[in-house]
Amino acid sequence: MSDADLLAAVERELPAYARSLGITVDSIDGGSPVLVVPFGKIVEGRPTVFHGGATSGLLENAGYAALRVELARAGREQRLKPINVTVQFLSAAKSRPTYARGRVLRLGRRNANIEVEAWQDDRSRPVATAVMNVLMAAPEDGSGG
Amino acid sequence: MASDLPPFDPATAAAFMLQHGHPGWLGMHYVAHGADWVELALPWREDLVGETGSGILATGPIVSLMDMASGMAIWTRTSEFLAIATLDLRVDYMRPARKGAAVNGRSECYRLTRSAAFVRGIAHDGDPDDPVAHIAGVFMSIGGRRDERR
Repeated sequence: MSDADLLAAVERELPAYARSLGITVDSIDGGSPVLVVPFGKIVEGRPTVFHGGATSGLLENAGYAALRVELARAGREQRLKPINVTVQFLSAAKSRPTYARGRVLRLGRRNANIEVEAWQDDRSRPVATAVMNVLMAAPEDGSGG
Repeated sequence: MASDLPPFDPATAAAFMLQHGHPGWLGMHYVAHGADWVELALPWREDLVGETGSGILATGPIVSLMDMASGMAIWTRTSEFLAIATLDLRVDYMRPARKGAAVNGRSECYRLTRSAAFVRGIAHDGDPDDPVAHIAGVFMSIGGRRDERR
């Protein structure tokens, strides 16, 4: 799949919450999607700074997007169920676009471990990072847990 | 340092704090508070769903809710509106929220030092004994605060 096709596929699979927060797919980097959210009132915490919750939302979505790409690459169709997320806030995200990219560190049969970084102008200085554990269930399994 | 201001009251503060920006967009509102805890609620909304067609709130807004409830719990415990920043926040998702259900978030500031505030809490969709999520986090004060050990 070309990067352009992959970008369009990732964009199509963004959930309602990601779309309403203003998240789009910025680019594909090394086969993994880079998501971006513009600064605006709906992501603002204290004046001119991103709310930690909005940054977390971007990080989680980038993590899920990276995992969906890996699963598609492996020909697997599974429902994703969150186990947990730990977000580290490194510096205030200012009134500029924030980017995030996830990396699947381990893709097991039942669970995946994903590392995500968010940055603004300088990619080598992340504003926040996250570690996520995600459970992967059969597509027909709609039960909880 | 805002000693000339009246003590922070979450019920009063919520009226303006939750009206603007990200919390305002999510529609968060005040539910209850104690000496060191605050409970807020996040109404269900179709455009906040995490998986298309599931009707279940995404995890992102729950993180926002818990972050906000935690900040307000810290201000409630210290009685002052200090500049604080979230250092880290961990959210364990016990189960999905019920379809179409609002989610409440209750956070408690259980330990306060000169520059760090430790919080823990739960998110639930009606029954606090059957939480949707557990959280734990640490906040730092920006620019220092008065040392309450003196």
